[in-house]
Amino acid sequence: MDVVMANPTNNIISVLTDPEGRNLGTTFDLPQDAGPKELHALVNAVLQNEEKLPYAFYIDDHELLGPLGAHLLKNKVSVEQVLRIVCQPQAVFRIRPVTRCSATISGHSEAILSVAFSPDSKQLASGSGDTSVRFWDINTQTPLQTELGHKNWVLCIAWSPDGKYLVTGSKDGEIRVWDPSTGKPTGVALNGHKKWITALVWEPAHLESPCRRFASSSKDGDVRIWDAVLRKCVIILTGHTLAVTCVKWGGDGLIYSSSQDCTIKVWETTQGKLVRELKGHGHWVNTLALSTEYVLRTGPFDHTEKTYKSADEIKQAALARYNVAKKDSPERLVSGSDDFTMILWEPAVSKQVKARMTGHQQLVNHVYFSPDGRWVASGSFDKSVKLWDGYTGKFIATFRGHVGPVYQISWSADSRLLLSGSKDSTMKIWEVRTLKLKEDLPGHADEVYTVDWSPDGRKVASGGKDRQLKLWMS
Amino acid sequence: MPQGDHIELHRKRFGYRPDYFERKRKKDAREVHKRAAFAQKALGIKGKMFAKKRYQEKATMKKTLAMHSERSNRHKADDEVQEGAVPAYLLDREQTARAKVLSNTIKQKRKEKAGKWDVPLPKVRPIAEDEMFRVIKSGKRKTKQWKRLVTKVTFVGPGFTRKPPKYERFIRPMALRFTKAHVTHPELKCTFNLEIIGVKKNPNGPMYTSMGVITRGSIIEVNVSELGLVTPAGKVVWGKYAQVTNNPENDGCINAVLLV
Repeated sequence: MDVVMANPTNNIISVLTDPEGRNLGTTFDLPQDAGPKELHALVNAVLQNEEKLPYAFYIDDHELLGPLGAHLLKNKVSVEQVLRIVCQPQAVFRIRPVTRCSATISGHSEAILSVAFSPDSKQLASGSGDTSVRFWDINTQTPLQTELGHKNWVLCIAWSPDGKYLVTGSKDGEIRVWDPSTGKPTGVALNGHKKWITALVWEPAHLESPCRRFASSSKDGDVRIWDAVLRKCVIILTGHTLAVTCVKWGGDGLIYSSSQDCTIKVWETTQGKLVRELKGHGHWVNTLALSTEYVLRTGPFDHTEKTYKSADEIKQAALARYNVAKKDSPERLVSGSDDFTMILWEPAVSKQVKARMTGHQQLVNHVYFSPDGRWVASGSFDKSVKLWDGYTGKFIATFRGHVGPVYQISWSADSRLLLSGSKDSTMKIWEVRTLKLKEDLPGHADEVYTVDWSPDGRKVASGGKDRQLKLWMS
Repeated sequence: MPQGDHIELHRKRFGYRPDYFERKRKKDAREVHKRAAFAQKALGIKGKMFAKKRYQEKATMKKTLAMHSERSNRHKADDEVQEGAVPAYLLDREQTARAKVLSNTIKQKRKEKAGKWDVPLPKVRPIAEDEMFRVIKSGKRKTKQWKRLVTKVTFVGPGFTRKPPKYERFIRPMALRFTKAHVTHPELKCTFNLEIIGVKKNPNGPMYTSMGVITRGSIIEVNVSELGLVTPAGKVVWGKYAQVTNNPENDGCINAVLLV
C-alpha cells in the first residue's frame, strides 16, 4: 500500500461528471492521495466558479471521504477503465438539526390536521378539526389569530409562493382564501367541490406574479382551478373516475393529479386539456412529488432572506431559482401508491415509466424530493422511511426506528436532513450523509399528523392528535 | 287444468292478441280515474276502509321512494362536525381501533410503588383457605395430608420447573393452568386474546400472588404488544396490567379489563 502511494506515476485516469452524467472537462490524471479537498478545488477551477461552491463526490454511489487510492482499494473499484467521479453540488448554507421543543402551544380544541410555514418563514398557519384556522406568531410563540369560517374540519392549507394569500380547504368541500397580513378572509367561501378537499396547490410564482391561481383536488373526483382575485372557479378538470388524492402544479405550467383510479393525469392549464395519462400503478395513487417542488413552494425566497418589493422582482427571482433547481433536465415526478411501490416519471417527456421503486412492505403515504432534487424520501405505513436516488430511482437506504406508520416527511432546505413524523407520537431526524438517525424528538402525546420544516431551516412545526402545536428549534 | 291456465297455454302457442297491449295500457290509464271516482262516491264503512287502504299504500310508496333516494340525499349528520378529526390522507382508510396513548409508564410505575390501583373492581369477596385449597387425602394412613391442591385457576410461567412431586406442597393442576386471557380495552370497547406475562397481585394475599393464583379481582400483567400502544417517547408498550372480572375457575376462561 505504502509503495503504491509513494509511486508518483501510479495515477488514476478519471473523469468528473455532474449528477445527470455529463462530463465536466476532459479526463484527468489524478494522484492516488487526492481527496475531496483537492477534487473540490479542481471542480471549482474547471467550472470557473467565481465563489467556491461545496461539492460532494460519489464513485459508484459511494461517497468519497478520504484519499482516492484508499477509497478505491476499500470499495474494490477497478481502475482499468476511466473512473467516473460524480460531483454533487451541496447547499452553500448549512441547517442545524432541531433538537429541542421550544414551545408547546395549545389552542386548538381538536386534532391539528395541517401546519405550514409561509414561504418567507415569517408566518405559520395551522388548520384543525375544530374548524378553525389559526395564525401563530413565531417570534413570541403565541397564538396570533383564530379564524372561524369553515363549517367542518380544515383538512389542507397552502401558502401562495409570494406569501400574499393562504388558502384552506375543508371537509365539506369549501375553500377559503385568507389574507395573512390581517388574518381576515377575503370574501366568502368558494363553493364547488361536492366532497372534501384532499390537496391544494398554487401556481408557481415564476409563471404568474402576483399569485392568482391555485388548484384544488377533491374526493368527488374533480380538480378545479380557482382565481383568488376573481374569486371564482376558472377551469374544472374532470376525468378521474374516483377520488383525486393529490395535485401538483409543475414549473412548466402543467398540473399533475393522482387519483384512486390508479392513474396520474397531466393537464394543461390554459384550457384545461388532458395532456397525458400516466398508468402504471396497480392500486390507489396516494401522493405525488415533483423534483422542483420545494423551489416552487418557496417561490423567490431563499436562505438569504431577501425581500422583494414588486411582483416583477418576485417573478424574476423565482424564475432564477427554478432554473437553478431544474438545471437542464426535465421535471421529474414520483408517485407513491397503495400497491407499495413508487414510480419515477418524466411526464414532460413521455408517459413511460422511468423507474419503479419497490421495497416498501406497506402503502406509501408520502414522498418528497429533496430541495436540490438529488434524493427522494418516502414515508410508508411499514414504519420505515426510505431514501432513493432522485435521478435514477435507485434504492439508497432505509431509515428504521419508528414503531408506528410514518405519516409525513419533510426536508431541510439544505437537503442534508430529513424529518419524519409518525403515528407512534414521535418525530425523527435522519442525516442523509451518514444514513443514520440524527435526533429523536419525542414530546407529542399522540399521533403526529403533520410536520413542516421552515424554509429558513430555523424551526420545525408539528401538530397532531394531541391538539397541541409544537415548535422545535436547534 | 284450472281455468286461468287455458289463456296462458293459448298465449304460449299463438301469442297475445294484436290489440292486447293497447287495451291494457288504456285500462291501466283509466284505472286511476276509476279509483278516484270510487273514493269520492264511497260512503260509510266502505269509504273508511278504502281510505285506510289508500293511506297505507301511499305510506309504503313514500317509504320506498325515500329508501331509493337515500344515497343521493344530503344528510344532516354529514354536515355536522364530527369528533376525532383525521387528516385527508387517512379519511378514506378504515380506521383500525386504536388506543389513546395513555400508557404513561411513569404513572404506572408510581402506582406500582404505592401498591394501589384505581381498579374497576375495588372490592372482592375474600376467599377462605379451605375454599382455595383442598387437602390431599391419599397416602397410606392419609400420610399425604400435608399436601394441598389449588382449586383455583393458576398461571405458571413458561420457565417453571416442578419440584420433585414427593416434596411438592402445593399442587397446581394442569387443567386449571392458563396462559391467555380475554382482555377488554375499556375505551376501545373491544376485546383481545392476550398472553399472560404474570400475576401482579392477588387480593387474597401475597402467597397467592407468588403462587400465580388467578381469582376474581386479581391484577395480571398481559402482553399488549400486538395492540400497538406506544409511550410518549415512541416505544412500543409491551406489558400492561389488567384486572380479572370473572371467576375463572367457574367459567373456564379469564376475562379481564385493561387498566389505563
